[in-house]
Amino acid sequence: MELLNDLLLPPARSTLAQQTDTLFWFVHLSSLVITVGLLSAIIYFVIKYRRKSEDEVTPLITHNNKLEVTWSVIPLILVLICFGWGYKVYMQQEIAPPDSYEIQVTGRQWLWQFSYANGAQTTGELHVPAGRPVKLVMNSTDVIHSLYVPAFRIKQDVVPGRYTDMWFNAPQPGEYIIFCTEYCGTAHSDMLATVIVHEQDEFENWLAKNAGGASKPADMPPAEWGEMLVQQYACTTCHSTDGTRLVGPSWKGVFGSEEQLADGSTVVVDENYIRESILEPNAKIVQGFPPVMNTYKGTLNNEQINAIIEYIKTLK
Amino acid sequence: MATEASSNLKKVQVRRFKPKEEPEHNYLNAEKGIWSWLTTVDHKRIGVMYLASVVFFFFVGGVMALLLRTELWTPAKTFIEANTYNQLFTLHGAIMVFLFLVPSIPAALGNFLLPIQLGAKDVAFPKLNLLSYYLYLIGATIVVYAMLSGGVDTGWTFYTPYSTSTDGAITAMVFGIFVIGFSSILTGVNFITTIHKMRAPGLSWSKLSLFSWSLYATSIIQILATPVLAITLSLIAMERILGIGIFDPALGGDPVLFQHFFWFYSHPAVYIMIVPGFGVVSEVITTFSRKHIFGYWAIALSSLAIAFIGFLVWGHHMFVSGQATLASMVFSFLTFLVGIPTGIKMFNWAATLYKGSIKLQSPLLFIFGFFFLFLIGGFTGIVLGTIALDVHLHDTYYVVAHFHFVMVGGMVMAFMAGVHYWWPKMFGRMYNEMLAKIACLTIFIGFNVTFLPQFVMGAQGMPRRYYNYIEQFQIFHQVSTIGSYILGLGFLLVFIYLVKSLINGEKAPANPWGSRGLEWQVSSPPPQHNFNHTPVIVHGPYDYHQPMDEFQLGLAESGNGHGHADHQDIKIDRDEPNREL
Repeated sequence: MELLNDLLLPPARSTLAQQTDTLFWFVHLSSLVITVGLLSAIIYFVIKYRRKSEDEVTPLITHNNKLEVTWSVIPLILVLICFGWGYKVYMQQEIAPPDSYEIQVTGRQWLWQFSYANGAQTTGELHVPAGRPVKLVMNSTDVIHSLYVPAFRIKQDVVPGRYTDMWFNAPQPGEYIIFCTEYCGTAHSDMLATVIVHEQDEFENWLAKNAGGASKPADMPPAEWGEMLVQQYACTTCHSTDGTRLVGPSWKGVFGSEEQLADGSTVVVDENYIRESILEPNAKIVQGFPPVMNTYKGTLNNEQINAIIEYIKTLK
Repeated sequence: MATEASSNLKKVQVRRFKPKEEPEHNYLNAEKGIWSWLTTVDHKRIGVMYLASVVFFFFVGGVMALLLRTELWTPAKTFIEANTYNQLFTLHGAIMVFLFLVPSIPAALGNFLLPIQLGAKDVAFPKLNLLSYYLYLIGATIVVYAMLSGGVDTGWTFYTPYSTSTDGAITAMVFGIFVIGFSSILTGVNFITTIHKMRAPGLSWSKLSLFSWSLYATSIIQILATPVLAITLSLIAMERILGIGIFDPALGGDPVLFQHFFWFYSHPAVYIMIVPGFGVVSEVITTFSRKHIFGYWAIALSSLAIAFIGFLVWGHHMFVSGQATLASMVFSFLTFLVGIPTGIKMFNWAATLYKGSIKLQSPLLFIFGFFFLFLIGGFTGIVLGTIALDVHLHDTYYVVAHFHFVMVGGMVMAFMAGVHYWWPKMFGRMYNEMLAKIACLTIFIGFNVTFLPQFVMGAQGMPRRYYNYIEQFQIFHQVSTIGSYILGLGFLLVFIYLVKSLINGEKAPANPWGSRGLEWQVSSPPPQHNFNHTPVIVHGPYDYHQPMDEFQLGLAESGNGHGHADHQDIKIDRDEPNREL
């Protein structure tokens, strides 16, 4: 059983995951019993009643009401058990305990952002305390996404124009993967993130250190801050810094170079072009790349854009 | 006994019409030239044209599937770009669903067989039938145009607001499917009218073949659900072209509303695809076990039950969409209820085999493939209907495997069984039985190798529609890819020996399987107007305890073949049957 569990399911790392798994095995094993039973009957009939001569006559058996009732009622009872049990666990999955720790989640093409009450903000990393219910209040800025943590057995769509929420309680520290499971365009399959579960005091430390969020840390050179921002806003999901071709053009050696645009004209990559590409990405598309980037207007402020430009300049 | 005047019974003189072997004239050679095909109103020719078209699109969709599986050989890029991959899985889904699965059994096999099984010369509205074929063709052409001009990368589900904001030929694609929808509606109207009004004398509802019953249930869904798809697709077009905010929250719309509309059609559409397959199973299983169907009414009515309950379960696609928990509860409950009539069918089919005279020929082998695969598809449906489990499994490869088991394992296996079963009737030639058995086994093995690993990786968390994936899933993807090649070879083999059969296959007798079904009581291939007499039905199509000649009766006088429904019961004058031997 342990072995089967490991083969078929990811490790169970939330307080509710175990309940989902028990139900998972109940439904699968009872289905297996019926499947094997029915298939054995069919195989037995095929062997026993194989045609021996072409003028065989079969008996007239048209129906049997007792049998019909039996094989309607027994499956009905079984599926009602599945329904009731499934609903009970579902309600636990749905209703967050009142003392949950709240984190705001924003999904956008193609990154996950997490904001905390004290202003701390991360992209691609969801830091949470162990052993405490955490409630995610989620919203999307563009299309529908879906936040899925296999190890916690939870998933919830993230919809533009409305808030959805989900909760979990991860008892042990560890790192678990987050997938986006609602198709959201070109880099859908790169829209990953990690849940990092800390011990309670470790989490408090992390939180305090990251308070304040989007302003430039003191004494940090702009290019270095730019590099941080590029990671944070997941620019590197689509733009490599080492020359690899991803969804968008690589940044390696791009500053000062001349690019061929889709409309046939050319442009020299300078501060103004990069700034325009961040704020109005589809104004000038480099030839051979799809026009799929969204604007960062209102997301990045001037100071941040300057820092990113400084960083791009360093990528020779 | 009552006198003629006061009785419901009408007295008719019948005689036996034994089908001619190797007829000189049949529907294939009655008229010549390509023009006679393009303007035909013969339901059989329209059925054959549909068959050729759906096979073509099955091939196109299948090649796309192989490209997708090849790309997934490695976790990162193997040979195509992300955008191309996204377009390919969209088109694979859209082509397989709208251009292959929906029309495959009803429009191809149904068109050919329904009127013959009813003892009629044609469907009720032959010209409408041709129109629905052309609408299908026009719609398909628009879809192909959309594919080639800009492509579509939304997934076959067209979820908003992605589908209203992304580039590409979405509007053209949506319009193509809109047109195909009308073809589907017209076929449904035609079939329902035909079943009500065109049955031969004596063919009461209790003697209707189960294939006809399944087409009847399917037609009801086609008529009631397809208009909703048309409305939904029009709303998308209005939003894209006119900027009216319906689904896009940026314009004040509600994206989840689209999902409700979409699944209100697309869930019943699943039954449009699978219920006709159920009809094929009933026909094949009785013929190859030479036995009366077990639980005729249970099987006939469970199709109708599925058709009706199937309308009330769409919300099970949306358990994690943000819909109310109460709604999820109700949809989960109704989803389990729709499982019951499907289970009833499985049990009845198994019971039909009991004490039968079973001959393992290729159509029956495909049906056994159907049993095994559809059971797995059905039970994993129960797993997904269990809300708490769906939260974990939704939009993973578990769902992908589930619906392929139902659609390919169930529906395509039934379609293959149907094609192999009725092939001799349709084209008057036999195919190589040995190759058919080998192909059936190849397809069965290839299918399981392809899709069983997908259950495992799905349960482990592998999301669907992923171009890149994390390395732990690679081994499952590779096994699955190898399986898809085996599957492809299997279908290729079928194509080869069926084409060979058309060219130089052995001539088929009128009734190679010894079936009691009415379609087997005419020549192979059937005459241009199906019957050169008015068939008279005294026994149901599964009455294997009755002698064969009593299934070949027709009106002794005025044998012009104008069959019509007669709601009176018929008393056959059995004392002096003027039988021809």
